[in-house]
Amino acid sequence: MALRIFAAAAFAFLYIPIITLVVYSFSEARYFTFPPVGFSFKWYVTLFEDRELLQSVRNSLIVTGIVVPATLALGIPAAFAIDRFDFPGKAIFERVVLLPLMVPGVITGLAILLVIKGVDMRLSLTTVAIGHTVGWLPIVVTQVYARLRRFDRRLEEASMDLGGNRRQTFLRITLPGIKNAIIGSALLVFTLSFDEIGMTFFLTGTQNTLPMFIWSMLREGVSPEINAVATITIAISIVLIVVGLRFLGKEKD
Amino acid sequence: MNPVNGSSESATTSFQAERRRQRLLWFLLCFGPPFLYLLVFMLLPYANILLYSFWKVENYAIVHDLNIDNYLKFFENPLYTRVLWNSLFVATVVTTCAILVGYPLAFFLAFVAGKHRRLLYFLVIAPLWTSFLLRAFIWKLILGREGMINGLLQYVGLTDEPISLFLYNQFSVCLTLTYIFIPFVTLPVFTALEKIPRGYIEASMDLGGNGLQTFRRIILPLSIPGLVAGGIFTFALSFGDFVTPTLLGGPSSIMISNVVMGQFGAAFDWPFGSAIVVIVIGVILSAVILASLAERRSSAPVV
Repeated sequence: MALRIFAAAAFAFLYIPIITLVVYSFSEARYFTFPPVGFSFKWYVTLFEDRELLQSVRNSLIVTGIVVPATLALGIPAAFAIDRFDFPGKAIFERVVLLPLMVPGVITGLAILLVIKGVDMRLSLTTVAIGHTVGWLPIVVTQVYARLRRFDRRLEEASMDLGGNRRQTFLRITLPGIKNAIIGSALLVFTLSFDEIGMTFFLTGTQNTLPMFIWSMLREGVSPEINAVATITIAISIVLIVVGLRFLGKEKD
Repeated sequence: MNPVNGSSESATTSFQAERRRQRLLWFLLCFGPPFLYLLVFMLLPYANILLYSFWKVENYAIVHDLNIDNYLKFFENPLYTRVLWNSLFVATVVTTCAILVGYPLAFFLAFVAGKHRRLLYFLVIAPLWTSFLLRAFIWKLILGREGMINGLLQYVGLTDEPISLFLYNQFSVCLTLTYIFIPFVTLPVFTALEKIPRGYIEASMDLGGNGLQTFRRIILPLSIPGLVAGGIFTFALSFGDFVTPTLLGGPSSIMISNVVMGQFGAAFDWPFGSAIVVIVIGVILSAVILASLAERRSSAPVV
């Protein structure tokens, strides 16, 4: 019973702030009032007229459009290498690959910046994507590797015994087996990259991503448009989670 | 040895050699690109930072002779060491609080929630998928002078004047980070708790163990790996955060990443900034090593 009350309190702690934000995004007042006054969509309207904001969303989509395929193209083979081959330094590699998840993003971004400056490369959305790929590669590697470890290799042997060649076996047996881990981690990388500010901070040139735009808004002061941005973000994330959980959580065995 | 046997043997070895060659080729194909990528864009940058940290700036130019002046400068200046201690303090408080809330919550989800557990689990991890920036910003709306708590207090009539105690201090930073990182603890602990075979728990109860004993001897040790994973991430990420102290902290709640950013931005002292980066990574790696040592000790079978 005590635990139930505790859990209810914890859920309230997690959700009252989010609900507050959503409610106030529909408030009419320019400033925060308690209780909220009026109901209006005007902050949403202002948002959709904000060219800078729309451009930042586009920039963020460009970055994720590079980062998601790049992490998959590098991460899936890496997971296979760890799962199927023994090589010197494997245990070390498994740990080192996790490093960017734990080192603050802003520091990884800085480290990459110094190298990029060293070779005189111009900062752009591409350099942002290079950084994000380092940062979120571990997600794909660990998720796909975890799935491969539980994958029954005898299915592949059976396919080969039945006359399937390597390519057929991979496409018909192995790939469907790890499909959910791939889609799930792709969605996770998408969300994380879309939301990342630390790594972006030093790696972006003149183009703002959405989090960088929100950051500059937040530093200027509280404006009700931020609540509207937040509400839209929350709505999009809910859709993404529902889809993501279906793939990462429920795996048919 | 007769010649027939010999030739078939060499055929087998050449076949094996061919297979080995193919396997090596596959391995290089799989492992080569990600390895090279991480070598160039992760290991090289980190190593480069380490090198920079032993250089120094003289007359606005970076001087390339190795010295440890940057580290001395950091540890001899109380301004910097205070920021380091402050970050350690915040990270420790946040990790502790996030565990104190996140662990029981995971326990509730795993053993008590019953048929609603999927929905409730979903609710716990949902915030992880929404903007970090905005989750920090929300607390400004709640704690600020014109915020929700002050509004509520005045509305009910408990105060006439807004109270400014809630925001821009150590408290608001810790509260916000705890709020953000609770799901980081709950998620891995829940996964660990779910893996415990129910039979173990029943067996412990059948053998006369009460609830507390069962928890201490069975459930807690088996959930330690999840707890350690969640704890490490919470510690590392809150230690290195710059968003929360900037948005919700006061002048004295500056954290170490803010100082790093200052060195690469306004102060333009890359070598000194690099030394601080090395210190930050050093702290995080020590925390990881300590935690995995503690994990090995505590999850060893206690009979």
